[in-house]
Amino acid sequence: MSETEHAKRSPASGSSTETGSGKKRSSAFSRLMDWLENGDEALEQEMEATLSEEDAAPDHSSAVSGEGDERPEHAGKGAETPYNIPYSNVNTPKYGKIIPNSPINKPDNADNRTRSVDFYGKWWYRWASVIICLLVIGLLMAVVTMMPQFGGADTLVDSEVSAYYVEHTLKDTGAVNIVTGIILDYRGFDTLGESHVLFIAVCAVLLMLSIKGEKNEKERLHSAAMEQLFEPKNDVILQSAARILTPIVFVFGLYIVFNGHLSPGGGFSGGAVLGAGLILYQNAFGYEKIERFFTHRTFRAVSVVCLLSYSLMKGYHFFTGANHLENGISAGQPGSIFSAGLLLPLNIVVGGVVACTMYALYTMFRRGEF
Amino acid sequence: MRLEWWQNLPLLLIVAPLICAVICSVLNGRAARRVMTGLSAAACLLMAALLYFTVRDSQSFVYTMGEIGAPFGNELRVGVLESLMGLAFSLVVFFAILGGRTQLERDVAPNRMHLYAAMLCLLLAALSAMTFTNDLFTAYVFIEITTIAACALISATGKGRTLFAATRYMIMNLLGSGLFLLGLSMLYGLTGHLLFPQLGKSVEALLAEGRYPGPLYLSFILMTVGIGFKCALWPFHTWLPNAYASATATSSALLSSVISKIYIFLLIKIFFRASGAQVFARRIEDVLFGFAVVGIILGSVNAIRERHFSRMIAHSSVSQIGYIFLGISLGTEAGMAAAMFHILAHSAAKTMLFLSANKLRAASDGGDSFADIRGAGFRAPAAGLAFLVGACSLVGIPALGGFASKVYLAQAGIDLGGWRMIALLATLAVSTALNVAYLLRTALILYRSDADQPQKISRLPHDGAFIAAMCALMSVNLALGLAGYPVMDLIRRGISMFA
Repeated sequence: MSETEHAKRSPASGSSTETGSGKKRSSAFSRLMDWLENGDEALEQEMEATLSEEDAAPDHSSAVSGEGDERPEHAGKGAETPYNIPYSNVNTPKYGKIIPNSPINKPDNADNRTRSVDFYGKWWYRWASVIICLLVIGLLMAVVTMMPQFGGADTLVDSEVSAYYVEHTLKDTGAVNIVTGIILDYRGFDTLGESHVLFIAVCAVLLMLSIKGEKNEKERLHSAAMEQLFEPKNDVILQSAARILTPIVFVFGLYIVFNGHLSPGGGFSGGAVLGAGLILYQNAFGYEKIERFFTHRTFRAVSVVCLLSYSLMKGYHFFTGANHLENGISAGQPGSIFSAGLLLPLNIVVGGVVACTMYALYTMFRRGEF
Repeated sequence: MRLEWWQNLPLLLIVAPLICAVICSVLNGRAARRVMTGLSAAACLLMAALLYFTVRDSQSFVYTMGEIGAPFGNELRVGVLESLMGLAFSLVVFFAILGGRTQLERDVAPNRMHLYAAMLCLLLAALSAMTFTNDLFTAYVFIEITTIAACALISATGKGRTLFAATRYMIMNLLGSGLFLLGLSMLYGLTGHLLFPQLGKSVEALLAEGRYPGPLYLSFILMTVGIGFKCALWPFHTWLPNAYASATATSSALLSSVISKIYIFLLIKIFFRASGAQVFARRIEDVLFGFAVVGIILGSVNAIRERHFSRMIAHSSVSQIGYIFLGISLGTEAGMAAAMFHILAHSAAKTMLFLSANKLRAASDGGDSFADIRGAGFRAPAAGLAFLVGACSLVGIPALGGFASKVYLAQAGIDLGGWRMIALLATLAVSTALNVAYLLRTALILYRSDADQPQKISRLPHDGAFIAAMCALMSVNLALGLAGYPVMDLIRRGISMFA
């Protein structure tokens, strides 16, 4: 399978590297995308190239240090920023030229790499990986048939936990919706962590995207043209539909968030609906319209306020719970909107975080910035 | 039961870093870096206080997260071992920030520094949470945070090669997370529990009745392999050299000394507290023993063949992880204590090695080959001394931490006897010889004369924070080597109240 796929892919990737030398895609992110699309051989070679250049660099400099004309800009930069030297040639537009037939690909440089990685390209390695994958899949399938029947009477060694949840959630937490009671109260610590997973994902993507490299003029024009082509801004059908749908989506999302402790739903699902509404609005009317009420600043404010109040609320709840103190929050009348103590505000802040995260991730991956 | 005031410290150690991380993300770079440094220092102090109080009371306590306790709600469990590990981790984080500060300022652009600080604060929160948690699923949630944070810490420098290393790291680690989650959900499907004590009891009951042996074994195997991917146990280590070698100094030190170790600590928790009286962990242990032996030898061999300075240090991490697994796979308390001690000794030595190696490279115009770093010990004296001490500790020169941990490992093997003893002693001997071959060779290269080379860099700027961190780490190494017994005593007490 892998052999044929490789054969199918290789002419495509070959041509793309050839055209790539004309395009000179320089930003690190687009090169990463290249890697994901076209397989990693080209970039592996580039990596090895930078490694072996590093190797070659000292001999080089010691040989020609007297003249100093070989790499003048490096010598100048090296005085202030010695750390950048080994990497400084990665971001230069050399990429694309270096790949096809440069002497660096010749086997005489093979001893520069760690020898243990050499077998990755061998045919038997590919076959072995396919066979191992199939074996693991077979093993897992076989074991799944040995698992206890889903929903059977003797499924769990002991099902006291689930039985307890069904009986006590309403009394303990005041939530009519047991799922919300479990995720925000009994296992609220996990959910606290999970919300911060969303936060850290956005931060990590921001961190990666802030490594832009120098987007040249041509590339910017290219991406603007692509946007025109694939994301029609003034599509009448889309706009008419969005004009009707967006308010409904927002109201429905808010309803799911606010009613999370009473009916199926809650912060996560409601936040996802809200985020989808934002994305729909943005697609139909473009960035100028949406940035009248939702900018990067809004995103930061909402997510910071939500996460901080989440941590503080849960921290207070954990603290009073563990010390057996009265927390002074009344459970209220089960079934009414203002009930279940902290669950309503918690649902609201989770909804805020999820909506912001969804929209931010979409925007960042589409535009490359936010 | 009323709690003492200090028993709230674990909660503070988890929630405060979360809050700091969120605040860091909106501060400017310089302020965020201050918050991150201050937070890690505070974490060290709080962990030390926690260790003092748990040792004084010499019993572990359970902290319920919320009103409802086990088995329905979440729990933290804190004993001597947990607070000792927590202290070690937060000390490493603090020293890594301190010692890598100059490199950090140069490698991470100012417009990214606040995000880096946010990642580091979240990493601190995840470390405390994974150290203290008594719940398998909570551990998984914080594994996710650790994985993403680690990936971002690698790629923060944004120089071409780190991006590839980070992407490979991400792919391999997500595979590990996936396997762990698969095993965890199978186990939950069988037992209906997620908290370690209840899980242990249920597994024991299942094994006694002989029900579902296949899925039980597979779930533990999946979790072990998943964690093996994450902490770079030998056959699953291929992401390691590039990730460790291409990140900035602080990130490399954290990756090798903290992030891989916290996964191992989690695995120890699973083995000794969730796997049902250890009856059954034995069979996995045999395989792990083999992996560890091969990993120790091959890691060292790869390090010898490596032609790049920082990748050589990264390769040696594979072999050191092998030592830790060697201790765990003996299956005895002495073996586990030796593994714990090696976690401490290796963290102290490896942090120093990575930080000083970066400094030495800086003193060689950033060159990474052995020809470049020739004579670097004279150009950066503090870093050279620190590297020498760290290398000696890893090799196992007496009076340093690495020696003590090798002695404890050998002792654990001799107590056990049988073929494992012979294999363990032979591995230790061979690997010590190999360690000498690459670490001391490097140390010699560092102090070779560089007179025939053109003077590359006149003088590095004076870096007080780096020197302070190196002095502190050197004294930790010496303390572990000379006064290993009290630490070992603490570990034994911790293990006795662990199960």
